[in-house]
Amino acid sequence: MTMQETTTASAAAGAKVFPGSDSRRYNYFEPKGRKATHYEDVTVDVQPDPERYLLQNWIISFGDGTPTYSKDWTALKCADWHGYRAPDQEWERTHYQRQSTIVGMIQNVVENARRAGAPQRFDKAWVAVLQNHVGAFKHAEYGLGTALMRAQRYGYTQMVNNAILTNASYKLRFAQDLTLYLAEVGSDIGGFDLDAGKAHWLDDPIWQPCREAVEHIRAAIDFLEQYFAVNLVFEPLVGELFRSGFVMQVAAAQNDFSTPSVISAAEADYERNLANAVELFALLLRDPAHGEDNRTMLQSWFTHHGGLAVKAALQLQPLWSLPRVKAASFADAFERARGRVAAIGREIGIDADLPALPPVEVGQPAAAVTDAAAE
Amino acid sequence: MPDGLTLNKITSQKGIGITEAARRVADLGWTPSYVKEAMSFPTDYKISKAPRDPMKQVLRSYFPMQEEKDNRVYGALDAALRGDMFRNVEPRWIEWMKLFLAIIPFPEISAARSMATLGQLAPGDDLRTGFTMQMIDEFRHSTIQMNLKKWYMENYIDPAGFDITEKAFGKCYATTIGRQFGEAFLTGDAITASNIYLQVVAETAFTNTLFVAMPSEAARNGDYALPTVFLSVQSDESRHIGNGHSMLMSVLKEPDNHLLLERDIRYSFWQNHMIVDAAIGTIIEYGTKHRDKNKESYAELWHRWIFEDYYRTYLLPLEKYGIKIHHDDVHEAFDSIVKKNYVHKIAQFFSAGWWANFWRIEAMTERDFEWFESKYPGWYDQFGIWWENYAKLSKPGSVPITFADTGYVYPHRCWSSLVPCVIREDFTTDEVDGELFTYASEVDRWTHKEAFAAEYQGRPTPAMGRFSGRRQWEEVYDGWDLADAIQDMGFVRPDGKTLVAQPHLSFEEKDMWTLDHVRGHTIRSPLLALREMTPQQRQAHVDEYRKGFKIRRV
Repeated sequence: MTMQETTTASAAAGAKVFPGSDSRRYNYFEPKGRKATHYEDVTVDVQPDPERYLLQNWIISFGDGTPTYSKDWTALKCADWHGYRAPDQEWERTHYQRQSTIVGMIQNVVENARRAGAPQRFDKAWVAVLQNHVGAFKHAEYGLGTALMRAQRYGYTQMVNNAILTNASYKLRFAQDLTLYLAEVGSDIGGFDLDAGKAHWLDDPIWQPCREAVEHIRAAIDFLEQYFAVNLVFEPLVGELFRSGFVMQVAAAQNDFSTPSVISAAEADYERNLANAVELFALLLRDPAHGEDNRTMLQSWFTHHGGLAVKAALQLQPLWSLPRVKAASFADAFERARGRVAAIGREIGIDADLPALPPVEVGQPAAAVTDAAAE
Repeated sequence: MPDGLTLNKITSQKGIGITEAARRVADLGWTPSYVKEAMSFPTDYKISKAPRDPMKQVLRSYFPMQEEKDNRVYGALDAALRGDMFRNVEPRWIEWMKLFLAIIPFPEISAARSMATLGQLAPGDDLRTGFTMQMIDEFRHSTIQMNLKKWYMENYIDPAGFDITEKAFGKCYATTIGRQFGEAFLTGDAITASNIYLQVVAETAFTNTLFVAMPSEAARNGDYALPTVFLSVQSDESRHIGNGHSMLMSVLKEPDNHLLLERDIRYSFWQNHMIVDAAIGTIIEYGTKHRDKNKESYAELWHRWIFEDYYRTYLLPLEKYGIKIHHDDVHEAFDSIVKKNYVHKIAQFFSAGWWANFWRIEAMTERDFEWFESKYPGWYDQFGIWWENYAKLSKPGSVPITFADTGYVYPHRCWSSLVPCVIREDFTTDEVDGELFTYASEVDRWTHKEAFAAEYQGRPTPAMGRFSGRRQWEEVYDGWDLADAIQDMGFVRPDGKTLVAQPHLSFEEKDMWTLDHVRGHTIRSPLLALREMTPQQRQAHVDEYRKGFKIRRV
């Protein structure tokens, strides 16, 4: 009798018992918890590592001898890069579900607002803010998205790279959300100039420090410097400041209920991306062998990008004066941003305390405030 | 309500057209003025013309579409279980999925990483959304494939091999070939890797055999899950093909690039042929139980998808832009399949080394013989006795077929593609940097010696990649006992002694090979042995190797 004749009738699990017939879990990695999550199953070790299972090492290198993946692509060091798990646990299905839900939510809000004729009732001064400044800010989001898209190439494990990849996806979606939102509500408002936002982004003095900060993030060579600067520096100091501290607080008072809904998606995105980033940097600072060196490096990145971000934030101050109904103050918003970034710093273990704003006298020009705080 | 007037028409708002939307989105980019971005991805190409987005898509239409595709995929997987798919699926087929699905998630995620490269290299921002979608698509493919593999592991009779999948991927002599494929997407010259090798050749030409032809064969074997997942994957590929073509058109505009394009299309086409045809050809032809003589053979599929669809309608038109296409390579690739039995010889190799696998390969039977003979006349004469020997030697306690007196000569491995040099008459050697290497063919020799070098035809090519690492699996385990190597790789079942691989599909414990059954045989690296020979001995060895062998009945 040959082996062919001994095969069993059903190929379903449990049809026979033999060595290994009940080995129904991926068994080559340590789950973070008691049991592997679905995210871990579909993510861990897909990008191999010579220190784990890559028997023959990387088999192609760059012209200068650098292998396909290298730990040298960041100044930060880690005893075990494989220890990182993204708290948002995203894999393809959950990513599309979430992104698609956001797209649907925004579409509903915008359609309903337009159907109700809401954009025509926006306060005229507010329309100018949307056109010029929300229009400018979409470029900042795009710049951060492209920086992250580059950064997702360089991580030493799949978990690090996928967390950065989904971050890029969220940022680039939001930049497009804003672009298309403004184009649509703009078409309901006479004389809305869709090119004005980019002009302000490129030339308006209010936006130049912001553009400078984003360009510094885009130009950073170290991919974790990019990831750090986006989520732990720029986002709390400038991104949230503008989105939550300005648009979401001020818009309703200008008869605009739709813009905060669009913007709110980015705030929710950021909470997840922040959690992922904090988890990674906290892990790197806890590293028994390299934690102190990592702290020094992060502190220097914070000094560099934090300085640029503070300058960018302070220069935005005049925006709070533009809406007809003053529902929020820059000082309060900046104070919250300062508290937020300090709390994030405490969470991972760096000193992210920034000096408070000097008392502002009524009528003092914004530039004077900017100079004082940037010093 | 008047005719033709619907609620939707009453309530819908005038939106912006897709062309306008894509234009607005592309206008998000700007040229930095405060800090110049360093070009971190090396290339020897010059790209000055911004590629255009042929698809004009925006992310707000992309995400819901992908979610809907996912819903169909996961719904179908649930339905397959409710329909008791695994009662009727062919184990011969599912076993090969242990190999295929161990390999493919890595090339997929490598493709995601490589979108970083193209996003930075492409001037302008018009195609950024296309690259973004491809990046997220590839993340989709990688994790959806890992999910499918987990699903097989949970529901198929023999989960061994699926349970060690990513570990196995890093250790196996066969998955090395897949790593060559995946690493080539993102290492070395950025345009060579991400545009030409990945998009212009792998995705445009070979995904048709990977993701279309293979799912058809899966369905014939009662596996409805693979087609569900992979046809959904393939539906994303048209976007990637569009990205690749648009980028290629930008690269083409610069006459200085033409020499590099000729090099890279040649290298990429040949290596894709060597790797994809070896793996997918074997899985389609040898992983199936379906032997309807009316279905197309892999050779026929290749002619339709690669020769007619790709070569004639995609590659040939590039000549009008001044790109030299190596027609002889395309014909040679086809001849290697139809005349030189490339796929059959690779299948023979996989079965010769069955003990080092992490999946099972069962012997071909009379029914298989008949089909092969009808599709590839003369097949039995060359391969029939081999498979009869394989069946005979599949009982534990037999000599592993590699070491039996069959006349089979364990092949050299090609330094370029890492596929064994199975077409013996094409085998060749050369020295690079004073060291001897072996190649499956002249194009493979050219790939290593001329293409993957710091200079190409007198032109400096510092960005081009280099072959590195311990490329030959046999070299790693040279001098090792089979049992020790298998244990070292971890290809042993949880009882600590039964091999994951088996040369049959019996699920009876008494029929299963253990470490003790394979102990006492030693792995030898043909390359190391060749390097130790004198020049005269080497020449004699090469001459003898090129003559091939005749299989004897055991």
